Amino acid sequence: MQSTTRNFKNNASEALVNDNLQEALGKLKVGFVERRAAAAEKLPEFDALRDQARDIKNHTLQNIDLYLERFEEKVTAQGGHVHWARNSHEACQTILEICQSVNAKMVTKGKSMVSEEIGLNAALEKTGLEVVETDLGEYIIQLRKEAPSHIIAPAVHVLKDEVEADFRDAHTDLDPDRQLEEPTQLVHEAREVLRQKYLDSDVGITGANFLVAETGTSIIVTNEGNGDLTQTLPKVHIVIASMEKIIPTLEDTSAVLRVLARSATGQEFTSYTTFSSGPRREEDPDGPDQYHVVILDNGRSAMLGTEFQDMLRCIRCGACMNHCPVYGAVGGHAYGWVYPGPMGSVLTPSFIGVEEAGHLPNASTFCGRCEEVCPMRIPLPKMMRHYRQKEFEGNMNAAPVRWAIKAYGFMATRPKLWHMITGVKAKFAYTLSGGKGRFHKLPLWMGEWTKHRDFPASQGSSFHSQWKKKGGATTLNELKKGAE
Amino acid sequence: MEKNMEARNQIFASIRRSKERGGVKSDPKAVEKRLAEHPSGLIPKRSQLEKAEQVNLFQKMAENVQASVVRLKSDREIPAAVSDYLAQKNLPARVKLSGDERLSNLPWSENASHISLLEGASGGDDLVSLAVSFAGIAETGTLVLHSGPKGPTTLNFLPETHMVVLRESDIVGAYEEAWARIRKQQADKGEEFLPRTVNMITGPSRTGDIEQTILLGAHGPHALHILMVADDA
Ligand code: SF4
Repeated sequence: MQSTTRNFKNNASEALVNDNLQEALGKLKVGFVERRAAAAEKLPEFDALRDQARDIKNHTLQNIDLYLERFEEKVTAQGGHVHWARNSHEACQTILEICQSVNAKMVTKGKSMVSEEIGLNAALEKTGLEVVETDLGEYIIQLRKEAPSHIIAPAVHVLKDEVEADFRDAHTDLDPDRQLEEPTQLVHEAREVLRQKYLDSDVGITGANFLVAETGTSIIVTNEGNGDLTQTLPKVHIVIASMEKIIPTLEDTSAVLRVLARSATGQEFTSYTTFSSGPRREEDPDGPDQYHVVILDNGRSAMLGTEFQDMLRCIRCGACMNHCPVYGAVGGHAYGWVYPGPMGSVLTPSFIGVEEAGHLPNASTFCGRCEEVCPMRIPLPKMMRHYRQKEFEGNMNAAPVRWAIKAYGFMATRPKLWHMITGVKAKFAYTLSGGKGRFHKLPLWMGEWTKHRDFPASQGSSFHSQWKKKGGATTLNELKKGAE
Repeated sequence: MEKNMEARNQIFASIRRSKERGGVKSDPKAVEKRLAEHPSGLIPKRSQLEKAEQVNLFQKMAENVQASVVRLKSDREIPAAVSDYLAQKNLPARVKLSGDERLSNLPWSENASHISLLEGASGGDDLVSLAVSFAGIAETGTLVLHSGPKGPTTLNFLPETHMVVLRESDIVGAYEEAWARIRKQQADKGEEFLPRTVNMITGPSRTGDIEQTILLGAHGPHALHILMVADDA
């Protein structure tokens, strides 16, 4: 996928004044955040299960080459095919060749973020193949020619009325006077339209939530059942998965599944968890004749053994973005590439380079909620800080930012000067806020900040001077004295 | 193929290079042991109950995710229960069976002679299907069905109404216990691999893709009706 990550700042400003988007984002909080909290509450072992999931994945990454080899062996033994792709181009090419080998005209797809990452739809469509997304959210954004704005709810930025308009535009063979205001009517219409596509398609492409080394099994987790129809009805089933989806055993998978749905949608378990091993067996009444797994690297192997290895534990649950104040304010498209929110701020620079995505690790308030809710206990803020550091070292920040940080550094190492200036500023600011303690509108360039949130005014004196007034130590000597 | 070997070799070389650079060492012994013994981890206490309570938990969890459950004393009650459900939901008296003898051999003509029965995979025009569940997982009210000569996968997804027979004796506590049963079944049959498809099904199909309102019946069944049978008679 083409990235617009360089434009993060502009993208974000536009997102903040997009009323439809803001309305849609408003629903995120109730939808995901509360449901996750309720699900975590209902399972006393939830936190222990998170520790366990982290440990399973750490062990897997430590031995990823061995487990991948076993997976390949098992898939092949069952009559399936494993293909390896170093980058997006190789992955698309491999999939295209499989489609061409069966003279495919139409391809149906289950939801797959990796397929977005490699730009698969465009690559297939270029050769004249019809590509149909079957996940309702993906279908909606395909009609709108947009990218997903969330990794598990790709159309979270679209309002119901917009879906209605899109369906009326796209389904022109249906009665123009039909009722389509109710969400159930929309779901029903999508179901009817897509039903025929499943039956007509030659190849079904899905992603994978896990690849099980022990049994050579790929797993998809869906609520709609679209992934299952996609992979069961056509002659050929292609799985596109990145290498870190590997997991040792069915028991390990069960353990990680316990934290996946709860973190993602707040469900105890997703409606359909499907385990596929090889092509249809001789006596099977249905299922695909061919089974292919395309395993993608695309920068992941280079993350092993670095400070970003932990990121490869990610199971794409979306909890970090659901709980992120920055994502909640600007939505997913502002991030400019496939993976938004905190996980995207770490993955995007890893995959497309820190030059292109240098802004993203800065798109954080470092509030730490992402790490708090991440089921795989990925230290997201720490990794964003690593990237900030890299970006700074790379001298890529705009001059004013560097200047401000240097000025801060100068003052912070000179306490007297610091106290004098901050003390004056604090008093001045409190008076300006009219004694209310909050600014609804800041002047000049600072106005950007208060357009979408209040800015707390300092409480009339700086922390240092209040601390001192309350008898707190302000120098190391005083501190030592206090301790005696 | 050659191109693929080149990509494969380079990917493995890159993994090993990165690991070496970062001081990440493989542990082949631990890997072999894990693959051979596939140990279970922490199992939530919730499902570790007496049998009767496990059955109740299964029902409660399944109903929580909008499946409907009816309890039957024996298989012989299945035809009447199917007939009742179809009437109650105003569904046509036509059911596609999975091919499992346990269903085909039931006394349909005694209690439900008006229902026309078909058998096998679905091509998309069946409104109602009836299958047998391999196991039920009490922890989350999850059914386990798998493909095979008598288990078409299409019956689990294409019909609007999915009816499933589940023996109480096939209800287990946790996912790991269901896997143990599948492993045993395959070993007993002399099968080296898992069935092609194992479906864990927890409630009917749903979507939250329109303004995060949960709606049932997205692409799979609108309704999941579970016929829970008490004994093996
Ligand atoms: S980083 Fe953690 S919270 Fe975010 S998507 Fe990945 S697993 Fe989920």
